[in-house]
Amino acid sequence: MCLGIPGQIVAIDPDNDDFATVEVSGVMRRVNIALLEKGSVGPGEWVLIHVGFAMARMDEDEAKASLTFLESLGTAFTDEVEALRQSGIED
Amino acid sequence: MRFVDEFRDPEMARALAGRIAGLCEPGRHYKFMEVCGGHTHTIYKHGLEDYLPANVTLVHGPGCPVCVIPMGRVDDAIHIAEQPDVILTSFGDMMRVPGGGGSFFDSSARGADIRMVYSPLDALKIARQNPGKRVVFMAIGFETTAPSTALTVLRAAAEGIRNFSIFCNHVTIIPAIKAILDSPDLRLDGFIGPGHVSTVIGCRPYAFITRDFDKPLVVAGFEPLDILQSIYMLLTQLAQGRAEVENQYTRAVPWDGNARALEAINEVMELRPYFEWRGLGFISHSALKVRPGYAAYDAEAIFATPGVRVADPKACQCGEVLKGVLKPWECKVFGTACTPETPIGTCMVSSEGACAAYYNFGRFTRARVREAAHP
Repeated sequence: MCLGIPGQIVAIDPDNDDFATVEVSGVMRRVNIALLEKGSVGPGEWVLIHVGFAMARMDEDEAKASLTFLESLGTAFTDEVEALRQSGIED
Repeated sequence: MRFVDEFRDPEMARALAGRIAGLCEPGRHYKFMEVCGGHTHTIYKHGLEDYLPANVTLVHGPGCPVCVIPMGRVDDAIHIAEQPDVILTSFGDMMRVPGGGGSFFDSSARGADIRMVYSPLDALKIARQNPGKRVVFMAIGFETTAPSTALTVLRAAAEGIRNFSIFCNHVTIIPAIKAILDSPDLRLDGFIGPGHVSTVIGCRPYAFITRDFDKPLVVAGFEPLDILQSIYMLLTQLAQGRAEVENQYTRAVPWDGNARALEAINEVMELRPYFEWRGLGFISHSALKVRPGYAAYDAEAIFATPGVRVADPKACQCGEVLKGVLKPWECKVFGTACTPETPIGTCMVSSEGACAAYYNFGRFTRARVREAAHP
């Protein structure tokens, strides 16, 4: 639960801008972005995700390098992505 | 240097290792605590201690939220789970943590409905889908996770969902660091500050460490290079006679933290007068509880919990490991009676616990092999 994983925003929910669809290691999930300043992130931008919430913005180079590192962690990372994949966050 | 090619910048890692060695005064021993369990994981996984001179020791701190939950709170959660019509939801990390009467897995085997979730929002969804059930979320974590729990409660309140509550076990990192500094057991030269907690609280709350204890702290990222760089920054401060708060992890940590996250916590939660930490005992103002205004979402207000303090098993030395007084392999039951498959203490349960990290990776590093041969 302690890992923060970078994800790329695909779209902000048009009906509720507290949520966005985010791609994380090939997995598309809804993520809550209410902890970030309103309007501070948009499609294509990267965020650090922790237990279904975006905690901070990240630049793209940093996010990609960080993913490479996380993948090197092995199961600690794949377990987290699998948990995210199975997560049922919805509106 | 067998892991060097896994570093983001291997040349930089080699250069940093050399510069770290150059900064160490001969004959002086340096002891730095990495507060965060994520750092402990990286240190063992990448064998970082092999890059450091023999007179630089890394001590593992209390920053694993699963590890610090006392047995009595596990028992309280199980008591709630075993009430009629209750679904207890929890992060997977908590499932095997032993309480006095077994773990969540044991309770589940006895028939309790305990479900693993990735996010508190998943727990809220289960509440929506099961209006006839009382859904409780086992809320654990430092300031990194508390805002997510708080926003989930606010969402439940906004939607008028009345069958959802949280069993709040959120803890705050600053009082734990202070407890360690106040403890006579350990002499430290500085701290590698937690990364993700600091995305929320920022760097200012650490100022007391420099002001009152004259120790440096460097907030660090999670990659091997981040940790080496933060050690270099700590040694530079010591060499220059400075004790300041510095931020190595500027790419994710703003100096002032995340105001919206802090507001969310403050709206829903308030400090407890005291809270028990496994191994560390009772620490004043070190944990959060639900504010009376949100009592409808507070499992402690809804369910009568036993609230019995349960002493840790005698053989278990998690307390000493969490305070950094003992290294994992110095615990009497490490790797024999206590393993990740059959953990006695919490440090062996969570993958960020110092004992599990050491058991899974660290004991294979060369330095440890040398140490075992020449204790």
